[in-house]
Amino acid sequence: MDDRIREMRRRQATLARRNVYKPTPEVSSYFSSLKPEEKIKFVSSARSRNAKILAKRRLKNRIFTALGVAVISAAALLALIPIFFTFLNSFMSSAEITSNYGVIFQSLPGDSNGAAEFLSRRPQLQLIPQQVSVEQYSKLLFMTPSYLFRYWNSILLTVPIVAGQLIVASMASYSFMRYRRKRREVLFFSYVILMLMPFQVTLVPNYLISDKLNILDSYLSIILPGVFSTFSVFLLTKYMRRIPSAYIEAARIDGAGEWQIFTRIVLPNCKNAVFAMAILLFIDYWNMVEQPLIMLSSEEKRPLSVFLAQVNMDEIGMAFAACALYMVPPLLIFLRGEDYLVEGVSQAGVK
Amino acid sequence: MTQKQKRHKSLSRTGARIREWGVSTGFLLPSFAGVILFFFFPFAMLIRMSFQKSATNSSFAGLDNYTNVLTNEAFITASRNTAVLSAVAVPAGVLLSLLLALILNSKIPGRSIFRSILLTPMMVPVASIVLIWQVFFSFNGMLNGWLGELFNVDRIDWMKDEMGQIVLILLFLWKNLGLNIILFLSALNSIPQEIIESSVMDGAGAIRRFFSIRLFYLGPTIFFVAIMSLINSFKIFREEYLLTGDYPYDKLYTLQHFMNNKFTHLDYSQLSTGAVVMCIAMVVIVGILFFAESRLDSGTEE
Repeated sequence: MDDRIREMRRRQATLARRNVYKPTPEVSSYFSSLKPEEKIKFVSSARSRNAKILAKRRLKNRIFTALGVAVISAAALLALIPIFFTFLNSFMSSAEITSNYGVIFQSLPGDSNGAAEFLSRRPQLQLIPQQVSVEQYSKLLFMTPSYLFRYWNSILLTVPIVAGQLIVASMASYSFMRYRRKRREVLFFSYVILMLMPFQVTLVPNYLISDKLNILDSYLSIILPGVFSTFSVFLLTKYMRRIPSAYIEAARIDGAGEWQIFTRIVLPNCKNAVFAMAILLFIDYWNMVEQPLIMLSSEEKRPLSVFLAQVNMDEIGMAFAACALYMVPPLLIFLRGEDYLVEGVSQAGVK
Repeated sequence: MTQKQKRHKSLSRTGARIREWGVSTGFLLPSFAGVILFFFFPFAMLIRMSFQKSATNSSFAGLDNYTNVLTNEAFITASRNTAVLSAVAVPAGVLLSLLLALILNSKIPGRSIFRSILLTPMMVPVASIVLIWQVFFSFNGMLNGWLGELFNVDRIDWMKDEMGQIVLILLFLWKNLGLNIILFLSALNSIPQEIIESSVMDGAGAIRRFFSIRLFYLGPTIFFVAIMSLINSFKIFREEYLLTGDYPYDKLYTLQHFMNNKFTHLDYSQLSTGAVVMCIAMVVIVGILFFAESRLDSGTEE
């Protein structure tokens, strides 16, 4: 069938080249010129050809999807294993944990430069406890106050920083949104630069000023620089600048003062960004290691993040429980605020 | 409009401007005062200190401190290690998360669940990671056991080996991919669908589509992700410190270790000079990134 059309077209092209005009045969006229049985053949062949192409494409798509799912699931598995591992192991009895992982912690060298001992026994990875017990938790909660104190330290440090920084930074961002003159933009840029500075740089000035103010070794030396850190100003400003200025104009015409515009119009409109920042800040400060190491010289003031790493051999069981408990607040916040996080952060990278 | 009215209007405009300035400055004040007190002012002190002979002897030392720091063996090692770590981790993070975001952006069942799962590592506290880490990566840990069983390899002491850096980079990727993926996903979503569709009609394949269309829209996001990854790559110190302490294996000695040890020795002049040098390096790096981004931007628009 095809060949016939092709031949006709070819002939026609040759004729055209010779400047002999002959009208192109329409497909419909070609089709109507066919005998009935030829018609059926023509239609069915076209149909099967289409079906073949479609099937091929579908197969290709399916293979790609399968590959994608495989890659993503592998990544997801890797992401989840540590969490499940910690939680499941925290329900083992201490005897079980020692028999499983004792080898590892026995062989850890005393100082960080010493080589680990070679032990012929291998640790056993167990995800599901042979016997579920809450021994670790009860020991942790009722018998060893040091963990609980450190936990409380972590809370004492993290919550004021997150709350304080959000208040200070959202006010600053409002200012950066409302007033955009050259000098202010320069200041904004210096805020951004400050945000990009790693702890290695900012800790030194923080230390110096804390020394001057005589607040070293107290929580203020960590909380105050945390509150005034410019980390969240960038994102909040970026988010606020997307609020249509008509909202603010309308509010002003209705007689709202600046403070009212800020709390009633601007803040509710960038709720996502504020929550996203709260989550990011919470994780960041919940995990802080650098600041307590440098600012807090007394051990008992340090938060759990530093303390947990210094578990000794006979406490590994409890360490699992402590780790699990330590993971709970961020995970809860995450479960609650994931949508805010996604919404709020996602605006940052888009123009 | 009479002259008087005009003048009145312009006056009221300047009045509004002044009011605007006053109000916005009021809002900025708490933050500004704090930043000045805790960052800018001490940083100025720092710069001064970096030119002094020592914390007690305030005579001018010229560039002595700088030459001291820049020729200091430990500082050179530390900055080399930090630079290598970031130089590998940041591009790897950007590429991998872009790849995963592209996969997630195609029609895959359970996208939002996967997205949430990939975000969770971010929430796992450092201290918890360290415990798990020791179970898997210590000398007598799981990984060595498995490797020995499967391939009959000798045990590797991961944190005291050339491999240590790779392990740290993997840890960094594990933690940070989720956030990058979110950023990329939202950028991919913001690409106008019509453009993609019309390119499909014109017969562009998936690869062509990516390089000619998506990459153009992803430009700012790639820049942002790169900067965020750069900041986060400095935070890998946390895990490292908790795992290996003050003086780790040579290849793992980073700038933060250097700083910490200077803090414990209260070596102010080295400390301040090191911080100033790092600050300059950061400004240069970020400046280059900004420059590259603006060039890329203007290049594609024309």
